[in-house]
Amino acid sequence: MAEAMLLALLLVPLGAALALALVGDRRLAPELNILGSAATFAASLRLALQVHGGGPFLAAGKFFFVDAFNIYLAVLTAFVSLTTAVFSRRYMRRERERGRVGQYGMRFYHAMYQLFIFAMLLCLLTNNVGILWIAMELATLSTVLLVSLYRTPTAIEAAWKYFILCGVGIAQALFGTVLLYFAAERVLGEGGEALLWTNLNRVSGQLEPTVLSLAFVFLVVGYGTKVGLAPLHNWLPDAHSEGPTPISAVLSGLLLNIALYALVRCKALVDGATGTRHAGHIMMGFGILSVLVAAFSLLRQRDIKRMFSYSSIEHMGIATFAFGLGGPVATFGALLHMLVHSLAKSSIFFTVGHAAQMHTTQEMARIRGLIRGNPLVGWGLMLGVLAIAGVPPFGVFTSEFLILTATIREAPAAAPFLLLGLTVAFAALLRRVQPMVSGAPPPWQTPLRAAHLPVLLHLALVLALGLYLPPFLSGWFRTAAGMLP
Amino acid sequence: MDLELAARINGFLAALVLLTAFAMLAQRRMNGLIHLFAWQGLLLSVNAAIVGYAAARHHLYISSVLTLGLKVVLLPYILHALIRRLRIHKEIEVVVNIPTTMLIGIGLVIFSYQLTAPIRELSTMVTRSTLAVALATVLLGLLMMITRRHAVTQIVGFLALENGLFFAATSATYGMPLVVELGVALDVLIAAFIFGIFFFHIHATFESLDVEQMARLKEGD
Repeated sequence: MAEAMLLALLLVPLGAALALALVGDRRLAPELNILGSAATFAASLRLALQVHGGGPFLAAGKFFFVDAFNIYLAVLTAFVSLTTAVFSRRYMRRERERGRVGQYGMRFYHAMYQLFIFAMLLCLLTNNVGILWIAMELATLSTVLLVSLYRTPTAIEAAWKYFILCGVGIAQALFGTVLLYFAAERVLGEGGEALLWTNLNRVSGQLEPTVLSLAFVFLVVGYGTKVGLAPLHNWLPDAHSEGPTPISAVLSGLLLNIALYALVRCKALVDGATGTRHAGHIMMGFGILSVLVAAFSLLRQRDIKRMFSYSSIEHMGIATFAFGLGGPVATFGALLHMLVHSLAKSSIFFTVGHAAQMHTTQEMARIRGLIRGNPLVGWGLMLGVLAIAGVPPFGVFTSEFLILTATIREAPAAAPFLLLGLTVAFAALLRRVQPMVSGAPPPWQTPLRAAHLPVLLHLALVLALGLYLPPFLSGWFRTAAGMLP
Repeated sequence: MDLELAARINGFLAALVLLTAFAMLAQRRMNGLIHLFAWQGLLLSVNAAIVGYAAARHHLYISSVLTLGLKVVLLPYILHALIRRLRIHKEIEVVVNIPTTMLIGIGLVIFSYQLTAPIRELSTMVTRSTLAVALATVLLGLLMMITRRHAVTQIVGFLALENGLFFAATSATYGMPLVVELGVALDVLIAAFIFGIFFFHIHATFESLDVEQMARLKEGD
């Protein structure tokens, strides 16, 4: 039963991708997209219930596995892809009316959207390190042409950068995987068994430390490029700002999490083999650098989507730093941070997308008077930014607070840098957003019907998670933190 | 075939792979570059078959045939067809001049030998000494992508880099598990279609495949 649910979770988006490729740009295609995502979400919930009741398990001949770490990310992925599909219905209809996308573009958009969800879920659920790499590359490839969907010169440039830089980056991760396999087959023997996370974690103490340290360098560069860690982040602001907004929301909210998930699994394995904290130190370094680079870049942005892309780099930096720091508190904070950042950031992108449509520009200087123009968009953006900036009582505050206390206790030297980054980012975001939401609507603003539900739902969840963490969630986080040294 | 002979052939093929990688760095003409890429693929395919035969790893035959079909026939064919359709035969402009690029390349090879030294000592496999060449091929592919500002050469560099990864998998470990090899081949195939579409988009938008022109996305100030 549990196995069937796991397979359903993967097969539904794949089937939906095929169906949407056949249906094309019909009237009901967006509804079908929502329906497919809703079925995926339902399957993920059922699976989560089973894991909650029966604990972690292997499925389909050890090919897939579910544990406390990947199940919550799978539910999150399915949930955000559902709400984004709801948002995309109104958003893309408006883009279609404005003539920014044609009928083939729409067909392609819907099919690739579902394929992208499939690739991310495969990344999470596969037990094989090699398949994880393949699925990660598939997730990149399925979104490359979505970034260039509008065919403007800047969109094509952004997509090309995304394709080339992520391709090169992730190739390094494949070299790391080859080295990992090289070390593993000496212990586990040749064949697919030697690449299974469950087997590797069992024997991590016997793996050759020198090979694994070298492998980790390649893995951190490879998956780190996809996480958007500075100085490998160049592609990210372009790719996340030039594509259609629903794609920006899932790229920032979900794909970065998936890449970080891969990196954290590798780190746990390497730590087990080397018995040192080198891997953690590398991640802490990349994390702090990302926070600082992103925070100071935030100040210089003019394009609203670019600005929030830099904010994603900052938050991924915080989570990477916390995973690198390790220990129960920091890891717990990082797991929570991945969850609340994903919810808050995608809700921000929903409102940003509507704001950009109302003013037919992404330039922040021309976006004004949002609250009076459309209260949902204005207040949604304002509250979303307060949430992402770490204002209590939103969930981001809780996770950042946990991470900061752990930092002050375990690595006090890093705390000032982290605080500096957080403060600068906070100031930069509020300085930019405040004039956009307040004041009188400018003459070039046009009214629009916004998608209410996704924004309200996400903000309510971020708020609720800040006030009360349900026991099943904290139980999973504690178990996952126990697995990750 | 005894393992000693296989190891010698493997070493010889590794030298040829490295030679093609350097030849690609020096090649200015687009067609020549694609021919070199096809030759490199052929060397990899032969290498996989020989290692598979000598070490009795029969799944390597499948990898060998896949490489032959994908990297010797299909990808060069697609690239040639695209060049003909888009009428780009001119010489490629390089950012860094070729002798300097070669010197950097030699540095990268030495670096690769240094980096993989601990692994060579650990391995008992006949093919272990070629891991350094594999890493060098990866790095040389990267160098080519950095020093050439043309969409087609960047793609060839990317594919050469991928060749290096395949070579690493066959020389360090007798090939990755088959399911992984198949998945990687599928990704390369999808990537080929995507860059094909891209060439048309870039050509239609910028009227050239020169990547230098793509510099509109800058930091706002």
